[in-house]
Amino acid sequence: MRVTFKIWRQDNSKVDGQFVEYELENISRDMSFLEALDMLNESLVLKGEKVIAYDYDCREGICGQCGVFINGRAHGPHANTTTCQLHMRSFSDNQVITVEPWRAKSFPIIKDLVVDRSALDRIVESGGYITAKTGTAPEANSILIGKEVADLSMDSAACIGCGACIATCKNASAALFTSAKLTHLNLLPQGKVEEGRRTLSMTKQMELEDFGHCSFTGACEIECPEGISISNIARMNFSLLKAKLLK
Amino acid sequence: MLDAKIPNGELKSKWSTYQAESKLLNPANRKKVSIIVVGSGLAGAGAAATLGELGYNVDCFCYQDSARRAHSVAAQGGVNAAKNYQHDGDSVWRMFYDTLKGGDFRSREANVYRLAELSAPLIDHFTQQGVPFAREYGGVLTNRSFGGVQVQRTFYARGQTGQQLLLAAYSQLSKMVKQGNVKMHPRTEMLDLVIIDGKAKGVITRNLETGELKKFMANAVVLATGGYSRVFRLSTLAIGCNGSAIWAAHKKGAFFAAPSFTQIHPTALPQSSELQSKLTLMSESLRNDGRIWVPKKAGDSRKANEIPEEDRDYYLERKYPSFGNLAPRDISSRSAKEQIDSGHGVGVLKNAVYLDFKHAIERLGIEVIKDRYGNLFQMYEKITGINAYQEPMMISPAAHFSMGGLWVDYELMTTVPGLYAIGECNYSDHGANRLGANSLLQASIDGYFILPNTINNYLADEMKYDQPDISHDEFSKCLEEVEARIKMLLKIDGLKTVDHYHRELGKIMWQECAMSRNKAGLEKAISEIKELKSEFWKNVKVTGSNNELNPELEKALRLADFIELGELMCLDALQREESCGAHFREEYQSPEGEAVRNDDEYSYVSAWEYSSGEYQLHREELNFEYIKPTIRSYK
Ligand SMILES: Cc1cc2nc3c(=O)[nH]c(=O)nc-3n(C[C@H](O)[C@H](O)[C@H](O)COP(=O)(O)OP(=O)(O)OC[C@H]3O[C@@H](n4cnc5c(N)ncnc54)[C@H](O)[C@@H]3O)c2cc1C
Ligand code: FES
Repeated sequence: MRVTFKIWRQDNSKVDGQFVEYELENISRDMSFLEALDMLNESLVLKGEKVIAYDYDCREGICGQCGVFINGRAHGPHANTTTCQLHMRSFSDNQVITVEPWRAKSFPIIKDLVVDRSALDRIVESGGYITAKTGTAPEANSILIGKEVADLSMDSAACIGCGACIATCKNASAALFTSAKLTHLNLLPQGKVEEGRRTLSMTKQMELEDFGHCSFTGACEIECPEGISISNIARMNFSLLKAKLLK
Repeated sequence: MLDAKIPNGELKSKWSTYQAESKLLNPANRKKVSIIVVGSGLAGAGAAATLGELGYNVDCFCYQDSARRAHSVAAQGGVNAAKNYQHDGDSVWRMFYDTLKGGDFRSREANVYRLAELSAPLIDHFTQQGVPFAREYGGVLTNRSFGGVQVQRTFYARGQTGQQLLLAAYSQLSKMVKQGNVKMHPRTEMLDLVIIDGKAKGVITRNLETGELKKFMANAVVLATGGYSRVFRLSTLAIGCNGSAIWAAHKKGAFFAAPSFTQIHPTALPQSSELQSKLTLMSESLRNDGRIWVPKKAGDSRKANEIPEEDRDYYLERKYPSFGNLAPRDISSRSAKEQIDSGHGVGVLKNAVYLDFKHAIERLGIEVIKDRYGNLFQMYEKITGINAYQEPMMISPAAHFSMGGLWVDYELMTTVPGLYAIGECNYSDHGANRLGANSLLQASIDGYFILPNTINNYLADEMKYDQPDISHDEFSKCLEEVEARIKMLLKIDGLKTVDHYHRELGKIMWQECAMSRNKAGLEKAISEIKELKSEFWKNVKVTGSNNELNPELEKALRLADFIELGELMCLDALQREESCGAHFREEYQSPEGEAVRNDDEYSYVSAWEYSSGEYQLHREELNFEYIKPTIRSYK
């Protein structure tokens, strides 16, 4: 296969960036998208040029570190997948492939396709945990949790924190991310104790980080690699109202 | 002779005796103590969070953009614990026995017993922290069985157990970050260890966004940097996994134990092209219901579904009737390699075997299989384009786990006072082979339960001495050395890329130091690696500068260390003239092709000391007081 990559190059958040075109040949259809970028980078090194910076680690669709906009969609042409799980067989010969970083006010560009997602860590720091020290746990089976509840909690806990939901949202809202964490913990009896406090502080932090408001268009759910449901956002809003009333 | 500092007394009470007798530090003094934790995977995050709770000042580092992404996140299968919830005869003793035997009697009894002992409270701990483990309808926890054991002792959270345990650890870490006891430094890589008066006192780091080199001092340094099996290039590990931190420590005096013991996992997806960057693991839990086979006739080119039962060889069931498809990883991997090498491999590159769910679907129905493994089947289809409900999966062995690592004593301290190693980067409880689901366990208990109890014993005395200071000459010297090394790499401006050299190293290591080894091959590998090393330092090309995010430079620094580590791995494999667990020396096998251990001469942990390019062997003798080493037969 042969493709043309149109890739966003930008040295850091303080300077302007622009698209640069690269032609790449001899790509195998079974190669992953990131392997094609690796191949492009090797050719750049041999030409003495700087490599394109992009993020990844596990390349198994589970760590959440990869993530770019490809032809206008977060993580590329498929729904519910990560960039590292995208393969070149999803493109056609001679296609032009436009690659951009996540675009959101709260995700400043570090370099090329790499952005700073530390705002998500700060949302978790503000309450995304159960307050229990090491060594204070009761016997596990003393906390009974029905299979349905455990499964529902797990559905939300599966969030990989890649930021696709935010990047794809026209408001750059972090509602899906935050509500997933809240739902995971708030559903469980261990987590329920702190539900109100947790919901208030995490939603507050979300606002402080300058994420936009959710206007329920649902794009986040489609692009989420884990298929996290937007019903979580409804749960979050319900929880928030309850917490405000009880406060 | 190395002293592992194993406490006296009965096996069952060693850990409690140790805790009762070790020194403590009062809470007021803990505030004055700083500790560096390098790594925020399960081991590092657990340790940093718990040390933070205890009141220490902790600096924690990782190379990813967030602590939530360490490679622990990728573990799918589950975590073991002796809870006997299934009433199938499990106990701490049985788990201890299985693990010691599974490791082919090349691990320490006292450590392995402690691993089993602390497993049950670990499940309580994670449940309390919100891990949504799989449950029965009535609300109690459920289990499954995992490669190499006959009881159901594996706890799991769908196919994402590692992710859920790590997220729990990360959330506790986040809590301590907010509280101010832990300072998290993401996108920061430790490049060297600073030793003052023979003790670990700090590290030199590089900020991966800006390239800035910085000094960090502490009263003790804990390494929790994970496995180094990316030395093979193609492995199941995350791309960034590396051996650099432990290699830096090794060069500064920490002994390296059993470097060549690498677990080769039997159920990865096969390699499909030369430029491939990694191999994907299919969870081992698939072996519970899937049956492994190859065509009886070498070179049979029919499609899997066209091959009738009588032409299929279910070789694991045939060779190991009592364990069958659940035979331990080293045995399953080696058997697969035998089939592939003798022309029975399947797939485009003829490098795979089949893992078939046909019978399980007939027996249990497709819904049950979907419920158990649905996400794995989806992942398989995404990567290969094949629907495994309709035709068998193809799997192949891949480098997966480093049993070797820095040598540590019972307290998890290395041979450098004040330097600890926890999780996959130490050599400890697994011996020559790790049983499935024991690693998340080891990483977690090391970080949460063991280290926070042993480190005080050192710090209590350490408090009496002068406190470290980054204005000390050693810090400046070390920083300058790191700087010079980076400049040297950037200056070479040769003709070959870093990836080129990594592929070359990977080929040598996979060929000569993976599933099976022999003397001639290892000697050849050592000389090839030496050549590769000098080639690399003459002809590598790294573009960009030091003062920016420069992924090529990061890779080059890590590869330079992998090359040296690869040499030591081959040296270790060459020195051990026996077969044990994952270490299969072709010269030492029975007429039926089974590994032949030599307990009379090799019942020790090899611990290598580095001094200016040479390696010296030290031995930690293993004494089996409670379990007599037996032949590891899975027939
Ligand atoms: C695909 C896969 C599946 C697995 N499945 C299972 C399973 O089902 N059950 C099981 O028990 N085990 C499993 N394992 C093994 C298990 O996941 C690992 O052994 C374990 O998670 C290791 O944890 P760790 O904390 O030691 O290391 P890691 O989680 O790898 O963490 C390493 C940390 O060190 C940091 N780091 C590394 N070098 C540096 C440096 N120089 N400077 C700064 N930071 C650094 C990294 O950023 C990271 O934070 C699996 C492994 C793989 C690869
Ligand atoms: S690299 Fe980990 S999710 Fe893509």
